[in-house]
Amino acid sequence: MKRSNFATTARAAVVGIALAMGASPAFAGGPTARPLPSDSVYQLALPLTDQAGRTADWRNLRGKPRVVSMFYTSCQYICPLIVDSGKAIEHQLSPAERGRIGIVLISMDPARDTPAALRKVFDKRGLDAAGWLLAAPPAEDVRAVAGLLGIRYRQLADGEFNHTSALILVDAEGRIITRTEQVGSKPDPAFIEAVRREAAKRS
Amino acid sequence: MRRVLAVALLAIPLAGLAAGALGSRYVGLPGGVFKSVLRYEDAKDGVRIAPFALMRRPVTNAEFLDFVRTHPQWQRGKVAPVFAEARYLSHWAGPTTLGDNALPDRPVVWVSWFAADAYCDSIGARLPNWNEWEYAAAADETRRDARADPAWRERILGWYSRPSNTVLPRVGLQAPNAWGVQDLHGLVWEWTEDASSLLVDSDNRTQGDPDKAKFCGAGALSMDDRENYAVMMRVAMLSSLDGHDATANMGFRCAWSAPR
Repeated sequence: MKRSNFATTARAAVVGIALAMGASPAFAGGPTARPLPSDSVYQLALPLTDQAGRTADWRNLRGKPRVVSMFYTSCQYICPLIVDSGKAIEHQLSPAERGRIGIVLISMDPARDTPAALRKVFDKRGLDAAGWLLAAPPAEDVRAVAGLLGIRYRQLADGEFNHTSALILVDAEGRIITRTEQVGSKPDPAFIEAVRREAAKRS
Repeated sequence: MRRVLAVALLAIPLAGLAAGALGSRYVGLPGGVFKSVLRYEDAKDGVRIAPFALMRRPVTNAEFLDFVRTHPQWQRGKVAPVFAEARYLSHWAGPTTLGDNALPDRPVVWVSWFAADAYCDSIGARLPNWNEWEYAAAADETRRDARADPAWRERILGWYSRPSNTVLPRVGLQAPNAWGVQDLHGLVWEWTEDASSLLVDSDNRTQGDPDKAKFCGAGALSMDDRENYAVMMRVAMLSSLDGHDATANMGFRCAWSAPR
């Protein structure tokens, strides 16, 4: 963590980024002036650079519940399944529910996951820019965001990663509601239920 | 020639540390190829460790008190619970008061990974990674790698068998190891920067189970040297904790690399 992580700075960050990022549908959750809850993952200041090359603090994801996970684009095995998981969740939701949930995949490999690399996966998998965000944090922040999300990883000598896989549901304020380690095209029914409940809430 | 090179490498980490307080707080280690107790399938011939500097002693209560005074967001009661659990610094008398259960020269414990990381960051340093810690801790008082010596292993294990509910001794009581570092064994557990990279099952019963898909890629680490219980326990402890966890025996020290 190379910068201040607290709610006092959060408000300024959210306002500033809202101005800078107004045209990004996936980033725009509807910034709010309410103080950030102390148990929100957005207590961590985390600039993310997305598949379109836009950089904004992830606090701008506030305002909409999100399914969050970590991945890296050169991954051959589990990572495509993480995208599958997100799509499987979308398929279980009604169009109205889908519009109220975002899916955020954060790279653990910022050195290689440039906007172009993220864009390639984004396009290849036919992801919807209104709901999906693929993004990379600065290298020195990867451990911290992984720690918040309870994801463990180790980079191997060949550049691949060993890592745990999980989908984490956060509410509109960034509080972790539930998580599942069932990754793939068969979604965890309890997790889907929790996503539905969050989508039904009015912020 | 080799000796000249080693001396030059030793000088690198310290060259960037200003003489005085910083220089006396850290010691430079040359690094090199190191055989970890962990079996890295991707680095079977050893891991390469760059020259670095390591704090001679774990961070004390007094030092951590200075930090929370100047960084009030890390005071007990103010810290966000996503960064530190409820027991964070619970042994201190108050948010900025040490008290009888946390004497100034004792190692600070009940600190989360996030807090330890923030402390090191605040002084321009970082947490050591596991390989650096294990490499520094492989030394005894006279040998840079004493790990094969059963007597040394027994000595370390003796500490783990002592009850942990007694008051911690002060830092710096034990003799420096061959690198000049103190208290790596026999005082507290220590956070590493990559504690969450240690994907090890604490009981190792599931090692090699092809059905276990919890870890992507080459799977969980296993131990190359099962006789080295002391290091194995360290790894098991770190692999069992999350970043906001704090325990009665988990402290830390910082490391430093020469700017590239």
